[in-house]
Amino acid sequence: MTFLFYIFAALALVGGIGVVLNKNPVSSAFAMIVSFLGLAALFIQLDAYLVGILQILVYAGAIMVLFLFIIMLLDVEVEEKRAHPFIASLGAAGIAGGVTLLVLTVLKRSGIGDASFPELTPVEGSGNTDVHRIGELLFGQYWFPVLIVAVLLLVATVGAVVLSKKQLR
Amino acid sequence: MDTALTLNHFLFVSGVLFAIGLAGVLIRRNLIVIFMCLELMLAAANLTLVAFSRFNVQDGQPAYEGHVLLFFIITVAAAEVAVGLAIIVALFRSRETTDVTKINSMKF
Repeated sequence: MTFLFYIFAALALVGGIGVVLNKNPVSSAFAMIVSFLGLAALFIQLDAYLVGILQILVYAGAIMVLFLFIIMLLDVEVEEKRAHPFIASLGAAGIAGGVTLLVLTVLKRSGIGDASFPELTPVEGSGNTDVHRIGELLFGQYWFPVLIVAVLLLVATVGAVVLSKKQLR
Repeated sequence: MDTALTLNHFLFVSGVLFAIGLAGVLIRRNLIVIFMCLELMLAAANLTLVAFSRFNVQDGQPAYEGHVLLFFIITVAAAEVAVGLAIIVALFRSRETTDVTKINSMKF
């Protein structure tokens, strides 16, 4: 189990580094898809089955496809020179290293992360998976945020249509 | 479950992924790749949420409110990507470039 965790974590991190360092935007998009697959595998390892599948369906299946469409539409060229000047890459590596050190310090100082996996009691019956629980919460306690998110999606659709009209000068 | 895996592992992976996304936003010059690194930061935060939801066990079940929040985060991210890419396309139509260093004046 730990071995699988390291494989998927390495997949997620290497994909992330591939997004940042690739000169070709299409290669960056593919590296991002690989990173999302690693992340979805980590979700499933954490017993979050619905969210893991949703991550693949929505993030890697819809959002990244949209990105690739836009890259092809705008016909973005491969950057000839370095993708970024060297001083900037030093500064960015410093900031990334600083944030990582911060995360490490917080995790070591406070004992937040020292718990190992708590045991789950398996539930009897067939209607008790995590999909059922999340559905109960979404339609029961959190019905109002669902309605608001529906309005948000409508607004986003209308906004995207309005923004892509050709402006008449 | 293997007892060697703790919450620390997942939180560390999420933190490093967030830092990588942050570095990407800061140093890339292509607008679309900057946007992709932004989505990477959002996905790293998702991992933190799921990890805490799994480790916060109530009555033998993980706290599923974290998954509900994740559902909403994924939806909001999709809406944000749609509108953001529409803005980028409109910007590209008027400036003919996706290089951030060349888009430096507000003149229409």
